[in-house]
Amino acid sequence: MKPVVIRGGRVIDPSQGHDAVADLLMADGRIAGLGQGLGVPDGAEIVDARGKVVAPGLIDLHVHLREPGREDVETVATGARAAAAGGFTAVCPMPNTDPVTDNQAAVGFIVKQAQAAGAARVYPIAAISLGQKGQQLAEFGELVGAGAVAVSDDGHPVVSSHLMRMALAYARTFDIPVADHCEDPTLKANGVMHEGLVSTRLGLRGIPAAAEEIMVARNLLLAELTGGHIHLCHMSTRGSVELIRRAKEKGVRVTAEVTPHHLTLTDEACEGYNTNAKMNPPLREAADVAALRAGVKDGTIDVIATDHAPHAAFEKEREFDYAPFGIVGLETAWGLALVLAEEGVLTVEQVVSALTIQPARAFGLAKGTLAVGADADVTIVDPEAPWVVDPGQFKSKGRNTPFAGWKLKGRVVSTLVGGRVVHP
Amino acid sequence: MTERFLGKDLLGLEPLTADQIRFILDTAEPFKEVSERTIKKVPTLRGKTIVNLFFEASTRTRISFEFAEKRLSADTVNVAAAGSSVEKGETLVDTARNLEAMRIDMVVMRHPSSGAAQFLADRIRSNVVNAGDGTHEHPTQGLLDLLTLRDKFGRIEGLKVCICGDILHSRVARSNIWGLLKLGAEVAVCGPASLLPLGIEALGVTVFRRIEDAVQWADALNVLRLQLERMHAGFLPSLREYNRVFGVTVERLEKAPRDLVVLHPGPMNRGVEIDSRVADGPHSVILDQVTNGVAVRMAVLYLLAGGRPEMAEAAKGRAGEASE
Repeated sequence: MKPVVIRGGRVIDPSQGHDAVADLLMADGRIAGLGQGLGVPDGAEIVDARGKVVAPGLIDLHVHLREPGREDVETVATGARAAAAGGFTAVCPMPNTDPVTDNQAAVGFIVKQAQAAGAARVYPIAAISLGQKGQQLAEFGELVGAGAVAVSDDGHPVVSSHLMRMALAYARTFDIPVADHCEDPTLKANGVMHEGLVSTRLGLRGIPAAAEEIMVARNLLLAELTGGHIHLCHMSTRGSVELIRRAKEKGVRVTAEVTPHHLTLTDEACEGYNTNAKMNPPLREAADVAALRAGVKDGTIDVIATDHAPHAAFEKEREFDYAPFGIVGLETAWGLALVLAEEGVLTVEQVVSALTIQPARAFGLAKGTLAVGADADVTIVDPEAPWVVDPGQFKSKGRNTPFAGWKLKGRVVSTLVGGRVVHP
Repeated sequence: MTERFLGKDLLGLEPLTADQIRFILDTAEPFKEVSERTIKKVPTLRGKTIVNLFFEASTRTRISFEFAEKRLSADTVNVAAAGSSVEKGETLVDTARNLEAMRIDMVVMRHPSSGAAQFLADRIRSNVVNAGDGTHEHPTQGLLDLLTLRDKFGRIEGLKVCICGDILHSRVARSNIWGLLKLGAEVAVCGPASLLPLGIEALGVTVFRRIEDAVQWADALNVLRLQLERMHAGFLPSLREYNRVFGVTVERLEKAPRDLVVLHPGPMNRGVEIDSRVADGPHSVILDQVTNGVAVRMAVLYLLAGGRPEMAEAAKGRAGEASE
């Protein structure tokens, strides 16, 4: 493979505190140099990145790739290509596949499908419990051996506090995080959107903020008890942010995610019974959005992750009660995250950090950096290029997004994995 | 066609203006008389086809709509979810497309899911009348309650109306709240906090936690049906206790500073939310509501078909005015 020099871009690498115009040299699939006026090796390919932002490849800790089981709505290959198109060089698919990713063969299958696809890297998250039934622990050792980087029963909250305690304790042997979709199922009951004034007006059953916060509080207490690492998926309420902030002050091993949609939309997006605004956790209120943004800014929330959840069009084109939860996110995440920079909530460097080194650290991946010797996973974006979200252009099979027609900035120009261009 | 007074559909009272609501009530007046005739039929909607699509059990509302349609000479078809293609797994989109393909003029739909009426209305050209969608709205019930109150008091403005019972799960409550507020009434709700939606005060209503307080305040009580399944779902300890604490009884009404009017959308649970002596007594306008239901629904169908309020009297005499 020829060496490549990405020349003259604004290289933002929060892992090294680097934010300056520089050249990036890649050779043999690794980063070989970063600095101004780097010498160009013989025969090197030169990529002109003037006016562009060059960042470590983005990492998404929370996606649903639907394979095996629902290959009609997404596969590992289409998901990995959608990831690359969105600037992601690594994604972590959740184990709520059919069959459930709760054994080493299932993890190995996903790894194999990802290798065949040759787009973004795929690091599977395996189930906490067999069949995600919340009863018996899955074999974490074998799962990690096959390539799993974390465990989660995402989609099926871990109801038993005992099982969660055991998972957090047992996971310490393998030094992996236990990721939880925090939800008290008895409080969520058959709710379909945030419980508040909008749900009252629309006559839709509500999911109170407390349904999330009760489990956040429980999980933080169990992480403290066990010394295990709890990773809190897609936080949505101001109360959760406050609980995490206090836990971090006490030194609890906790990392937390927020999605681009929870940072940009409120429950008012459900008006008109828009099923593309139906997700779980639900879109909350303006005060929650403000608290989540503040949480990313001060580091209480570590990671921006998409919860990419493709569904068939016919499944979403239904009565609000019957439509499934979730939206696609891989191909809009970067543009939506930049909205926060545009609005002055975060710096571009903070946005990059929440999408690169922070998720890498949360899951212990040797990624998210342009340090010399690291894998040459790189994303080049045009920070100013305007574009309009057109789901028809998505590489994902899923078209279910509430952002269709949004005018965003920050087009992904090129995505490289191991020095190889995987997008466009 | 003349300017439509209601738009294409009647999905709820929230989207309507006060003038539109008054138009409907005024239009209902001349239609009341049709039901008092020996031959209860006028040719107003002759040649129109209407499908009554009921995905949820209903006796009163379905029959009321059907009488309204038949007395206007429309051709009607009733479809119930049980035994229909819905039971075979057909989605609402497909049902809608099939109805459209049969070139029907209107759909009256009852559906257990909030927003279903709007969903259908967005996808077909035919007029859609919401006959109750989940816990969202039941606009013709709201209208017939307004008409009944207006008959009784001669006005809506300034009237103090308290809606009692399971507000959380009630589409009747929501339609009443919007309609009453728009026409200038003062609105309160009364019930156990476990059955009041979060943030209900923000809609502009007063909350009473005790029925005794509501009785002191109100000119009229609209007493909602309490559904048995709420008890099993943990919203309430028992129907017996509900009756003791929140039941509308003669003893409670006697403590009111003025003669209260009592409404109930039916079907009633006698001895639970309302005592028989109230339901059958001088306070009750419950059967007037049922009578008005037919007139209100005739008015809604007539207006959606393009009829003009001031022509309603004349329209009773001939066919086709509605679509001129």
